[in-house]
Amino acid sequence: MNKHLHTFHGGIHPPENKVQSTQTPIEPALLPDKLILPLQQHIGQQAQPLISVGERVLKGQMIAAAVGYVSAAVHAPTSGTVTAIEPRTLPHPSGLSEQCIIIEPDGQEQWTDLTPLTNYQQVAKETLLQHISNAGITGLGGAGFPTSVKLNPSQDLNIDTLILNAAECEPYITADDMLMRERAEEVIQGLHIIAHILQPSQCLIGIENNKPEAVDALQQAIESSHLKDQIRVLSIPTKYPSGGEKQLIQILTNREVPNGGIPADIGIVCHNVGTAVAVSRAISKGEPLISRITTITGEAVKRQGNIEVLLGTPIEALLTHFEVQQDQLHRVIMGGPMMGFTLDSVQLPVVKASNCILATTRKELPDPAPEQACIRCGMCAEACPATLLPQQLYWFSKSREFDKALSHNLLDCIECGACSYVCPSNIPLVQYYRFAKGEIRIEEHERTASDHARQRFEARQARLDQEEADKEAKRKARADVAAAAKKEKAAAQDNGEKKPVDAKAAVVQAALERAKARKAQKAAEAKGSTDTPAADTTEKEKQSAPAMSAVERAKARKAANAAKQPNDSETASEGEKKTGGLSALEKAKAKRAQSSTAPNAEDQATPASEKPQAKGLSALERAKAKRAANGDEQTAEVSTDAGSGTQAKPVKALSTLEKAKAKRAQAAAQDSGETDAPAEGKPLSAIERAKAKRAETVQTPAEKTTPASNTDESAETANKKPMSALERAKAKRAEAATQSESADTETSEPVTEPLEEKPAAPMSALDRAKAKRAEKAASQAADDSTADTEKRD
Amino acid sequence: MSIITAILILLVLAAIFGVILGFAAIYFKVDEDPVVDQIDNLLPQTQCGQCSYPGCRPYAEAIANGDEINKCPPGGESTIHALAELLGRDFVALDEEHGEEKGKRVALIREAECIGCTKCIQACPVDAILGAAKQMHTVIADECTGCDLCIEPCPVDCIDMVPVQTTANDWRWDSPDSSIDSANNQLIATDRIDPAAETGA
Repeated sequence: MNKHLHTFHGGIHPPENKVQSTQTPIEPALLPDKLILPLQQHIGQQAQPLISVGERVLKGQMIAAAVGYVSAAVHAPTSGTVTAIEPRTLPHPSGLSEQCIIIEPDGQEQWTDLTPLTNYQQVAKETLLQHISNAGITGLGGAGFPTSVKLNPSQDLNIDTLILNAAECEPYITADDMLMRERAEEVIQGLHIIAHILQPSQCLIGIENNKPEAVDALQQAIESSHLKDQIRVLSIPTKYPSGGEKQLIQILTNREVPNGGIPADIGIVCHNVGTAVAVSRAISKGEPLISRITTITGEAVKRQGNIEVLLGTPIEALLTHFEVQQDQLHRVIMGGPMMGFTLDSVQLPVVKASNCILATTRKELPDPAPEQACIRCGMCAEACPATLLPQQLYWFSKSREFDKALSHNLLDCIECGACSYVCPSNIPLVQYYRFAKGEIRIEEHERTASDHARQRFEARQARLDQEEADKEAKRKARADVAAAAKKEKAAAQDNGEKKPVDAKAAVVQAALERAKARKAQKAAEAKGSTDTPAADTTEKEKQSAPAMSAVERAKARKAANAAKQPNDSETASEGEKKTGGLSALEKAKAKRAQSSTAPNAEDQATPASEKPQAKGLSALERAKAKRAANGDEQTAEVSTDAGSGTQAKPVKALSTLEKAKAKRAQAAAQDSGETDAPAEGKPLSAIERAKAKRAETVQTPAEKTTPASNTDESAETANKKPMSALERAKAKRAEAATQSESADTETSEPVTEPLEEKPAAPMSALDRAKAKRAEKAASQAADDSTADTEKRD
Repeated sequence: MSIITAILILLVLAAIFGVILGFAAIYFKVDEDPVVDQIDNLLPQTQCGQCSYPGCRPYAEAIANGDEINKCPPGGESTIHALAELLGRDFVALDEEHGEEKGKRVALIREAECIGCTKCIQACPVDAILGAAKQMHTVIADECTGCDLCIEPCPVDCIDMVPVQTTANDWRWDSPDSSIDSANNQLIATDRIDPAAETGA
């Protein structure tokens, strides 16, 4: 008390309204029906839940762990059951929803095992910090910054002063006052622990002179302290906002926290008295932060006072406990009247930073008067505790000239509201500064993000350039080698020796033949394994594996069929090799489609297309139809006929596929010089016949090339190589079909069902891929105005 | 005679200052930030190509060569304002031809539907998509600039652009809706702000 005190610029003297809530002692915690515990009750990263819904938790059990350095754990305030982990509205000015853990108390108050560190003087600093961090302690003064982070300033900073902030300058709030009156010992013990961690040369407790009882209680507690000489309680003049960290530091030490800096930069660490009690409990009793003292005040509640609140207690329960008069209640504010925010709902929970719940009547705290023009009176500048120019900041924020606001040190504003309080024009100045700060923060964030994106883009560009250069270098090297070889060859030719080149060609030829033989062998093997169609079918039905394997089996069987024709096996397997996964599926589909052209196909097809997974199928079919349409542009007349012939069909997608098939078949038939295209009759039988026709055509070696070239063209239009392979494979299959005569339609019928009923994801994805590709092709062939195209669209 | 002396003195002075200025021009040359870099710094770096240039830097170069400043939908109005201020040009509304200004969005791959074709990976200008052939791909949301370039190549249309949700951490206060923004509501005549001047500012 003998220390000379300083002061800060400005400040205001609003009515204190503190007496009402200091008449009764702190009430013990009440147990509500449910506790809502937001995972984010602090500044920094959201905590990570450790429990699952339905689990029983014990009082003090950690239910969410800190993530990263600047974060705080959450603990169960009582024993009970976790009923939900879901987004709930936060007690935050934004009114946003975030993940919350909902606990239904069981009333047993059963504690979990606590691990106190009674001999904290012998414990390493790191262990203490970890213990405090595990206890989930954040600053209880209002901002909610994780305490363990604040207690661990950078090593190169020499902390000479520890300040306990007991000023509690905001009107109405008496939580710290009552805490000091009743629990001064715990405050001093917390101070001891913090001082042990930080090792300052002096400890100051700054307290406004409107709390003489608290000062006395603290003095008494200090008398028995071993740090009696270092601790000083300093009673400071009551002035808002002397409890602001920077302002209190200035009052007590006359040092100013630099622009953009923290108190630790000038060797000072400042903690709230409530935080000191929380630290004391965490170390000496092992209790995590599960409750806090909150002032419930305002004229709308009959009883005003302080209560120990379990974190997560809904405000409604507290107001009911303090006998709220609903007809009088106008606004519920969390925090004080100067810096608090109005709550939209009373269902919101009390969190670690909730020091006051203010339930006011309309008369007590009227709605803000309408904003009027700034009259440049300068009262705001006189009141500003941070010696800023509120008026200038107001203009800049309003006109969105944020760079100018920044140059007027907007970021040093502590949003205390003194300027708004004194403004004769009722301008909500602080709201303007908050808005401007938010915008500046976002702009800053966007700038870093765009710099980062540019960096990544440039890195990628460099990488691509490098790859290109490497490729070019390789190509050049190969060209050089080739040139050298050519030269050598030329030289050799000059010598009349052609032999080495011939030998090379022979080797290549031999390799090709070997490959072919191997393929043929494979096909033959496949035939052996899936010899009888019946066995094949049962195998398929057994399958619950993804559709892909079904496709592969289909492929194998096709290969087997093809193997019946030894002459053609090479071509078929070559086609397979080229097509790969995609076309393999297509082949399987084609097979199914083919089987559905059996006499009873119409009956089968309709339910199939009604199934949800049939969506993908129809897309595939559309794709096929499109491809076929492109391929058969030269046979436009025939396709028109086919289109008109199938218009009566009810199942659109299927009919399109069939149309396409018919068309292709017709094209093939036409090419082979046969005019057997009765598409205008029954399209189904037409396909059958056309297939047979095509198969015949293929069987004749002389005519074999014609349909192949035709389909090749179609493949080119669709920009897809594997298609031609597919076509060839189809031809092959058709050939096999004709060989096994009518048996084909009979055997393939049961195969259809299991295949169609498998709504496997990869299949539909592939279908969609194909559909998309087909659509692209369609846009390319926009001029194709056949009836076919119109109908498909 | 005195005239010749005067001329001589002036000539000598001119020569001396000429030499000084010449050396100063070389030794004190300021490597000024080229205007292209300054423009590039203002662009949002989504690399989306909506401006019809292949990336932000080419557009910055085009602007430096006299192209319009209103072709960047991701940057939106604030970017146009910043460019107008930097280049001393007038503010022009965003050219609708190049798209509209949407909020910040990021790509999201519906992973069950991804077939692992790697096409989106190749399209991504900032390498924000992770995956390998025939393996599921995923977007690193923090790196995604929301350029839309991965949407088109996807063969199965499994990429969505989802708006970035505001969380309590990046939430910001709205501007107070001040009733005196309308000029009629001014209480003191001398404080009346010309609406035209207000919007121009």
